[in-house]
Amino acid sequence: MKDCYLGVDIGSISTKGVIIDDDNNIIAKEYIWTEGNPVNAVRKLIKILKDNLPQNHQIKGIGTTGSARKLIGLMLKANIVKNEITAHAVGTLTYYPNVRTILEIGGQDSKIILIKNGIITNYAMNTLCAAGTGSFLSSQAKRLGLKPEEFGKYALKSKNPVKIAARCTVFAESDLVHKAQVGYPKEDIIAGLCKSVVLNYLNNVGKGKKIEAPIIFQGGVSKNEGVVKYFKEVLNEDIIVDENSHLMGAIGIAVLARKNKIGKTYSLKLEDITFDTKATECNRCANNCELLKIYRNNELVDSWGSKCGKF
Amino acid sequence: MTKISFPIMGDYHIPANYLLKNVLNAEIISPPMVTAKTIEIGSKYSPEFVCTPFKYTLGTMIESIEKGADTLIQMGGGCRYGYYAELQEKILKDLGYDIKLINLVTKGKTSIKRIYRLIKQIDPKFSKLKAIYYGFITIKMVKYMDNIDEYIRENIGFEIEEGSFEYLKEKCLRDFSKVKNYKELKKLYKKYIKQFTKIQIHKPDNCLKIGIIGELYTIMEPFSNYFLEKELAKNKLEIKRFTNVNYLLFEKRKTIKHYLKYAGEYIKYQMGADAADNIARTKYLCEEGYDGIIHIKSAFCTPEIGAMGVINKIANQYEIPVLFFSFDANTSETGVKTRLEAFYDMLEMRKRK
Repeated sequence: MKDCYLGVDIGSISTKGVIIDDDNNIIAKEYIWTEGNPVNAVRKLIKILKDNLPQNHQIKGIGTTGSARKLIGLMLKANIVKNEITAHAVGTLTYYPNVRTILEIGGQDSKIILIKNGIITNYAMNTLCAAGTGSFLSSQAKRLGLKPEEFGKYALKSKNPVKIAARCTVFAESDLVHKAQVGYPKEDIIAGLCKSVVLNYLNNVGKGKKIEAPIIFQGGVSKNEGVVKYFKEVLNEDIIVDENSHLMGAIGIAVLARKNKIGKTYSLKLEDITFDTKATECNRCANNCELLKIYRNNELVDSWGSKCGKF
Repeated sequence: MTKISFPIMGDYHIPANYLLKNVLNAEIISPPMVTAKTIEIGSKYSPEFVCTPFKYTLGTMIESIEKGADTLIQMGGGCRYGYYAELQEKILKDLGYDIKLINLVTKGKTSIKRIYRLIKQIDPKFSKLKAIYYGFITIKMVKYMDNIDEYIRENIGFEIEEGSFEYLKEKCLRDFSKVKNYKELKKLYKKYIKQFTKIQIHKPDNCLKIGIIGELYTIMEPFSNYFLEKELAKNKLEIKRFTNVNYLLFEKRKTIKHYLKYAGEYIKYQMGADAADNIARTKYLCEEGYDGIIHIKSAFCTPEIGAMGVINKIANQYEIPVLFFSFDANTSETGVKTRLEAFYDMLEMRKRK
């Protein structure tokens, strides 16, 4: 029997899963849409991964990361639950030990991680505003009648990207509509949009951070060739995009699961496990906390959301 | 009889209550604790882009009025805080509340004469002597509370029995609020300091040390920073914080001159509120070997926005990571936790190498 480790990264838009072995080889991987239901997405994901897993392998560790990490961690009984910043850094460092800067744009968040000698020295993550992230790009692709996957290729066709006011997503959209109505070609608008994502990122999370090569770009948006092109142009540096750049978080958490293994063997059979959440509002004080109770096989495993810590 | 109240901030309502209770012949309406409802009310009636403490304090004022208060106290400071009282009075009057607002600071100055006149109107029997005596006890109480807090911050992350510091602090504050004279207060302080140092902790010599700097209200009112210190303490680290009421009222005047000299290569003059202080503190934390700095402010706090660039520069020079937080009325709590967790992971990874 060969040992392997599962890492699951449940983001706002997509859910990613990888299974790696002791030498960081990827044995199985999958990328599906979260569609607003992390529990179902993970059930689907695990089923696919299980079908792809060769016979003689056993899961010796499970890690979860991403915005639904806590919930899914309970569901899968993960041995490690970690934030996506750490997971992304660990994942990237596994394959690129010399990396200095990690740019990451996901569905709703964007972050920058600075690394020196293999350790994170500083990081920033967007606060208060999510303009120029993946969900904005995918909604704009939809409005222009394109698939998000085609978006980047379209941008590459343009020679003259239009300027788009991208400080705020809503105003960017009205600016975009305006540019389309006055007759700019589609590819110029798309290229302008990709460029605005880059500029917004550098002005927002990249502010005051010294970006040094080698630079790695990852997260869902790194699959967009247009954005990559403008990062290269604006930073005047080469940008490395790994073929698994969208899976780095999942890989990182799988590596962490291996480092923190407890000697247990995990089963990937989720069909006979029920997993429910019940939300209630607590009216005992004016905070009106929303309490969430988590049931696994009809047994209360955790509850969270209370400010006072009593419930 | 006049029913008097004031905006709440951290635990400082205890000395404030104590002072008012002992010197004024008026009914004291203790402000309710800050909750989600406070900020909801506050945001509803505040200008949208005003700094968040305005919203919190307006919220507590309205909640106090609903509890029966008819006279409110507000202060001022060296930034937009200096306009809080006037604007809040206007907003409250527009809302139809018939209240009186005592502004302790006008045009950046505290005029004892003016305050005395205002107080005489509320309480004609007001005695200056009593005010001086109880004022002295209150000042001491604030100083003692801040000293105790400092000790707690350094050690709470390492307590063996969870909650032992918090439990003792609650007990201590309850006793403080009942003291009759200075001698009793001093005795209590000595007793509690002894008890605090007796609490069992397991603190390694090379533990992680973090400095918290930033805008004063957000630092001092735990609700408004999403209980940042409590969250941090879970991670076994030592916390250093400079800003407290004792500093603002009594030490700042002396310290600022020293600060400006100390960080002279970065700042030449004050930038309003605590911006210059925070720049000097950044240098101090870097030089003293702290592992990381957390800078917190309310959204739209102008002096701190000015300071952030310089803080970034200093931290880059010393290669110390800084985490910036801007808290608004609708910040997501999960987001704060994620960033703190990542920050802690990073510091630990750096330390291990």
